[in-house]
Amino acid sequence: MAMLTSNLTIETLRKMFAEGKRFDGRGLLDHRNLEVSFDVSNKAEGSARVKLGKTEVIAGVKLALGTPYPDSPDKGNLVVSSDFLPLASPRFELGPPKFDAIELPRLVDRAIRESHMIELDKLVVTPKEKVWTVYIDLYPINDDGCLVDAATIAAIAALKTAKVPGIDKEGLVDYENHKIALPISKETAPISFTFYKLGNSIIMDPTREEEEACEAKVTWGISKWNKQYMINSCQKGKMAVFTKDEIEKMMDILPDKFDEINEKLKKFLPK
Amino acid sequence: MAIKRESGRGATEIRPMMAKVGVIPNADGSAIFAFGDTVAIAAVYGPRQLHPQHMQDPSTGILRCNYDLLSFSVSDRKKPGPSRRSQEISKVTEWALSPVVDLEGFPNTVIDVQIYILQADAGTRTAGINAASLALAHAGIPMRNLICSISVGKLDKDLVVDVDKSEEDFKGGEGPTDFPIAKIANTDEYTLLQLDGKIQPEVVKKILKIADKACEEVYEVQKKALKEVVQ
Repeated sequence: MAMLTSNLTIETLRKMFAEGKRFDGRGLLDHRNLEVSFDVSNKAEGSARVKLGKTEVIAGVKLALGTPYPDSPDKGNLVVSSDFLPLASPRFELGPPKFDAIELPRLVDRAIRESHMIELDKLVVTPKEKVWTVYIDLYPINDDGCLVDAATIAAIAALKTAKVPGIDKEGLVDYENHKIALPISKETAPISFTFYKLGNSIIMDPTREEEEACEAKVTWGISKWNKQYMINSCQKGKMAVFTKDEIEKMMDILPDKFDEINEKLKKFLPK
Repeated sequence: MAIKRESGRGATEIRPMMAKVGVIPNADGSAIFAFGDTVAIAAVYGPRQLHPQHMQDPSTGILRCNYDLLSFSVSDRKKPGPSRRSQEISKVTEWALSPVVDLEGFPNTVIDVQIYILQADAGTRTAGINAASLALAHAGIPMRNLICSISVGKLDKDLVVDVDKSEEDFKGGEGPTDFPIAKIANTDEYTLLQLDGKIQPEVVKKILKIADKACEEVYEVQKKALKEVVQ
């Protein structure tokens, strides 16, 4: 594994985190400034750009007609993918995806799919034969850490503004005429939060340098459903362990963080 | 928690477990582990020289896991070769096992752990981790402890241990949640956490306690299998 953060930096970070400090002056669980904007491409059915500090991710939603999966004949399909373009970081290279680029869309997919934010049963054109496939494509534009959490926000922002294209007389998609909004839940939209651990310290929203220094991470997708907070997805990563105490604390923090980021997000959403 | 399970099992009842060590003579260590109809086989090769050379770490050996389903282990034939799902499970398995293996004595080497599912009825990654943990111990790799793994599910509001396929496809209420967990035996340290579904943060705390209990049972089965092979 190529070492991009020096041992000296890692040891300094370890000491600073233990004292509750960070290089940029944030508290350990504080997020960087969040900015969301829309309409990255007018050819997309919906698109959004999210900046979390210097991290930037764009998300685009495209719809296409397809056949339903055999195990869900009366539902539309959801496909989430990502490409870590060499544009976004000196770490990214052309070629087959590395593990990070496989994991990111899978984590975003599960947070969205399990929350049931998209009403896939309303995306059926001809039952058992023709359904809409919702493609969410995620591209980092600048990687300064915490890509998964930024990508989830970008994905749900793009979904919230997405529209369904029309279908012409021959049954072909008419991408010039969007008639209705993409059917999504009014109440439910997931946000993902990744906790990172170095030594015994837990931090959120790391910069690239902090992220690389950390020894364990765990990503949680959380949403609201029937007025309750619901964890929809989880994945632990990297070599170190999480203790029961640490996981229990995360469960206490998550609902507050979810409300905090949602408040910020609301300001950017079109009325 | 008075759920009726299709299998007739109690809420905290694990499917019959089977563990056997030393099933592949060519391997440095090997084991088979089953939860009912889910059967995983694992082999360990190494420590051995790691190629390509640029991946070698002069400060430690590394663990490399590969998990996959055999083509006929599932109803719809699985196309042979790695998928994104199997690559992800391979990686989380590696992360789940790494904390207990001490490879500093084997610089520049790799320990390859090969895990294949012979028959799948949900819980394949947890069975695979249990088999791999046994295979590593059987290979005589320095380990701090065993790793025990179990999946805890939530069907609507009811919590159940060791979810099978029929339960994974549960419909109604809050739907099915599957929460595979691995931990270092007899500690509060978790090495695998994955989850799909809908579950209140408070319930996550309850599930950890249920998993602890179940992992103790898994640990006993693992210990027994290891003892059998030395006798």
